[in-house]
Amino acid sequence: MIERRPVSNLIGHLMLILGILIVVFPIYYTFVASSLTSTEIVRPPMQLIPGGLLAENYGEALSGGVERVVGVSLERLVLNTFVVAVAIAVGKIVISFLSAFAIVFFRFPLRMTFFWMIFITLMLPVEVRILPTYKVIVDLGLIDTYAGLTLPLMASATATFLFRQFFLTVPGELVEAARIDNAGPFRFMRDILLPLSKTNIAALFVILFIYGWTQYLWPLLVTNDSRMNTIIIGLRKMVDFADASTPWNYVMVTAILAIIPPVMVVVLMQRWFVKGLVETEK
Amino acid sequence: MQRVVFPNKILPYVLVAPQIVLTIVFFFWPASQALYQSVMREDPFGLKSGFVGLANFSAVLSDESYLNSLKVTVIFSASTALLSMGLALLLATAADRVVRGQTFYRTLLIWPYAVAPAVAGMLWLFMFNPAMGTFAYILRRNGFYWDPLLNGNHAMVLIVVAAAWKQISYNFLFFVAGLQAIPKSLIEAAAIDGARGTRRFWTIVFPLLAPTTFFLLVVNTVYAFFDTFGIIHSVTGGGPAKATETLVYKVYNDGFVNLNLGSSAAQSVILMAIVVALTAFQFRFVERRVHYG
Repeated sequence: MIERRPVSNLIGHLMLILGILIVVFPIYYTFVASSLTSTEIVRPPMQLIPGGLLAENYGEALSGGVERVVGVSLERLVLNTFVVAVAIAVGKIVISFLSAFAIVFFRFPLRMTFFWMIFITLMLPVEVRILPTYKVIVDLGLIDTYAGLTLPLMASATATFLFRQFFLTVPGELVEAARIDNAGPFRFMRDILLPLSKTNIAALFVILFIYGWTQYLWPLLVTNDSRMNTIIIGLRKMVDFADASTPWNYVMVTAILAIIPPVMVVVLMQRWFVKGLVETEK
Repeated sequence: MQRVVFPNKILPYVLVAPQIVLTIVFFFWPASQALYQSVMREDPFGLKSGFVGLANFSAVLSDESYLNSLKVTVIFSASTALLSMGLALLLATAADRVVRGQTFYRTLLIWPYAVAPAVAGMLWLFMFNPAMGTFAYILRRNGFYWDPLLNGNHAMVLIVVAAAWKQISYNFLFFVAGLQAIPKSLIEAAAIDGARGTRRFWTIVFPLLAPTTFFLLVVNTVYAFFDTFGIIHSVTGGGPAKATETLVYKVYNDGFVNLNLGSSAAQSVILMAIVVALTAFQFRFVERRVHYG
């Protein structure tokens, strides 16, 4: 610290508090709305202190309120999203770990070809090839399945790349020592590489869980059956500003439930999240 | 240096197989299909298709509405990146300045990262929808005619704000990391030479942040191009009158709603070219950063 200037410190705090107001307010607003009646929500100005219907709204939305609107229960939407997010995160980590392991710790023909095949996919987000990818899913009969929701999002280069960079820093002596002790590749992976990669895996998990949870375009395309929707698609279907009968209190409850789980993951695993974010992108 | 490796011959293929299979099935095959369809045209009944060369591309590139959506995308991306990065830089310098409570502020500032773009859009729509939003009501009460459902500029402002809001956390974390990486000795030296805070910021901190800023510029552009589909689909649906129809939204709309396969494929190929260019740009730049870093 160069100068001790209380004024500058104070301005810093004020700016941050203002920033937090901007950042958190939309979520707070929705939270307040989730504790009001539908009529209170649509009659502006809406009050900014939580009302008394918090427990009722959440209880009713969970016990059939949402189901009557979009034909699928709220628990089911949360469960689907959870399954999709975890499957994408775990699947990506496993396949990337294995392929990076092969590329770094083995020498075999086509090794670099494989590396470049994986690397080039960095450049092709789902959004630019939606129609043909959708067709593949249709041809494979994966519409309305968890596999269809997750598999196309699992293959990506970022995680492979991160593991590769990390494996390259593992000293060759460790591999040599393992080989002298007669440990095969799997033993080496389980007893040496996996423990060393723990923080990387935790960091990737947070990033990929959020990635999976927040998917929109892909679930929108590959689910026709509302029981396979993710919570975000379900929420989108409930929101209808033109329809007077939209149950806004349930909409707000659903929105809050779509926000809280990933926010909890980010906040509770903050240390790994920040590390993972700053390091994956570099 | 020759790395120490395992001698197995078959095992490595088994290990890379899952990722390679997924990559081929969901990346290379669809991408090649997009390339193939972009030079074919189907008859209206979808019965047969014929080779048309680059006709789809020239049709797309001379299409009034495509050029419009290109313009919309550029305006949207630039505004989103500037707004979000500006706010994030302001907050990051503030966080760098305060002595206490950094973790507390950070904990709250990273929330939007975890909110899905589509949900972020809806949150802002709840507040600014002309029919029920409290802020729309306040604007109207103060004599400002606010209607994002009818006025294209208002709709654009709304999606820019929602998209920038969602991206603040990301930019904030990177700017904080960038600020921490600046050697304190440089700033101390400047302080000894008599430079005050603002001067120090513009002559030392900001230039040294340039790599972070450029990196974020690319990431934010990619974000605004591709990840904001959810915001646009849930807030404006590309409207009013195509005022917020970005390139990705148009690919979706032409492919899935209007079922114009050739045009949609040609647009996909153009988008791929844009991503490749952006990525290449970023990599060249990352290399340079290593040099100076």
